[in-house]
Amino acid sequence: METNKTQNRRKFIQNGVRLSLLLSLGTVSAAALRRVTADDYVWQIDPFECTQCGRCATECVKKPSAVKCVHAYALCGYCDLCGGYLKPGAIARDTGAENQLCPTAAIERRFIEEPYFEYIINEDLCIGCAKCVKGCTSFGNGSLHLQIIHDICDNCNECAIARVCPSNAIKRVKASEAYMVKGDFKKPKA
Amino acid sequence: MKKRFHFQYILRLSKSLPFGEVRRGFFFLLLAFCLLPFASFTQQQRFPKPEFSTGYEQPSTVVPEPRALAFEYFDVAVLLIVLSLTTWAVLKKRSRQYVLWLSLFTLAYFGFYREGCICSIGSIQNVTLSFANPNYAISVTALLFFVLPLAFTLFFGRTFCAGACPLGAIQDVVIMKPISLPKWLNKTLGLIPYLYLSLAVLFAATGTDFIICRYDPFVGIFRMDAKFHMVVLGIAFLLMGMFVARPYCRFLCPYSVLLSWMSRFSRHHMTITPSKCIQCKLCASSCPFDAIDYPTNEKEVIKSGLGPKRFLTYALVIPLWMAIGVFVGAKSHTFLSKANPDVYLAELLISKPEIKNDKDNIDVQTFLSSGKTLEMLVKEAEIIRNKFYIGSMIAGGFMGLVIGMTLLNTVVFRKRQDYEPHRGNCLSCARCMNYCPVEK
Repeated sequence: METNKTQNRRKFIQNGVRLSLLLSLGTVSAAALRRVTADDYVWQIDPFECTQCGRCATECVKKPSAVKCVHAYALCGYCDLCGGYLKPGAIARDTGAENQLCPTAAIERRFIEEPYFEYIINEDLCIGCAKCVKGCTSFGNGSLHLQIIHDICDNCNECAIARVCPSNAIKRVKASEAYMVKGDFKKPKA
Repeated sequence: MKKRFHFQYILRLSKSLPFGEVRRGFFFLLLAFCLLPFASFTQQQRFPKPEFSTGYEQPSTVVPEPRALAFEYFDVAVLLIVLSLTTWAVLKKRSRQYVLWLSLFTLAYFGFYREGCICSIGSIQNVTLSFANPNYAISVTALLFFVLPLAFTLFFGRTFCAGACPLGAIQDVVIMKPISLPKWLNKTLGLIPYLYLSLAVLFAATGTDFIICRYDPFVGIFRMDAKFHMVVLGIAFLLMGMFVARPYCRFLCPYSVLLSWMSRFSRHHMTITPSKCIQCKLCASSCPFDAIDYPTNEKEVIKSGLGPKRFLTYALVIPLWMAIGVFVGAKSHTFLSKANPDVYLAELLISKPEIKNDKDNIDVQTFLSSGKTLEMLVKEAEIIRNKFYIGSMIAGGFMGLVIGMTLLNTVVFRKRQDYEPHRGNCLSCARCMNYCPVEK
């Protein structure tokens, strides 16, 4: 009889605590549910905030980085003297390795017609160092810019590059609008 | 300011030069100089888009889509199925074999295929951030990964740890010759998860860092690629795990705190024996995690002199522990807040103003060129530091409570006639069931 009573009391306490744990779990999830989004999140670089510091090439958990240079052709001036392709003080405006700014020769230069040249990024070679982006943004139209390529990106819970990005240019964006490619993506008005 | 400088400079130059062609050239230069700052504001192209006469067609920028949302929900479904199957294997089938196969599947799918992301342990931070940051809305996947294992544990014990956690699975397969740790060491090391959890929540709530993900020792192994020190840490954990079974789960995992709370009050926790215990002690030596409680020896309890008096003392000391915790938290908030990049940068600029001339310091140079004033940065840093102040006091108080309760638990004796799994620590791995000689 005595043990029965203790058992009943213990059971009662257990049930009570279980119920309150269930309630608190429910409350937490309900509170989170109010702010839930059906869309998933991915990481992306805002090209207008990027300062081309070069950390994208070194900090990404992927080797080589999931950050690549993309080319917004609509903005390109097709310049012969391309600040993104040629080294400052290059001897000649040609495809010579000594004249190229890109350390991995990931940019292909192709003659279109006088005086225009097309520049194509070879994604497999690009390491996301942003040297060309800096050149193009400083001297050209800024058509070259960095983006996180999502079939390479692991989509870490916290992006290792975002943690060290000096200008906080890497943000969580909705997976349905996963890219901020210049041209389509305009600079937000301040 | 800058523009005026250009203007005066050009005016002065143009005065010293003769009129004519050179002068006209300067007008263009002047125009270019004036337009240059404008160009970046109005998004005008410095070089207009050419009109091609050879019929060249401009390629479009191709960007691959991210992993489809359907696959994310598929992950949730896989988690749900694995959880249910493990629960069934532990509670109904009572088979270690089944649990082992399930955990191997988890290791392959959530570990090596999904590369350790998304995981329930890390989802604590997503939930925290969704409460702390109004701009962040949690995704359904992350929320379900957080809630599902906890809900399962509340009803069936920690079956998540047994079969559905990739971090647990990788440690489980390397267990070779587990040693039994002394009880005091087990209890003391068992406090670390609480500390880890409070720090993880603190860092996530202040928007500083996701430390659980950053210092996940096994994600580098899943991805076959990581920073050197993390690879060393991961391998060290696995080597240690050969002798101290599942060290991360027992002495670090912050999610284990929540699971342990749920499991303590679970409705249908697994039992070692299917019917009646014959006190053979085989199960106790089979458990690699020291998670089986022995039957209480009442004579020893009486002899040790532990009784209501000590219980009362320990209970009354709890507020003191909490006060100490709050004090330590308040004292350490300055140190902790330095993990936040904004606070760190503000402190650096104030303590070492000469760093502004350091051209190699990317953070400082980016800040200087961003147009933000030091006052603005300091103000932001102060807000973050204030959050740290409150947060670390709460965390400290929580740690004090945990220490007090752990001590209190050491003097509480529950009568046990049989060998029973410790509901908080038992990982429901089902090893003991294999060893139990009692037939169904």
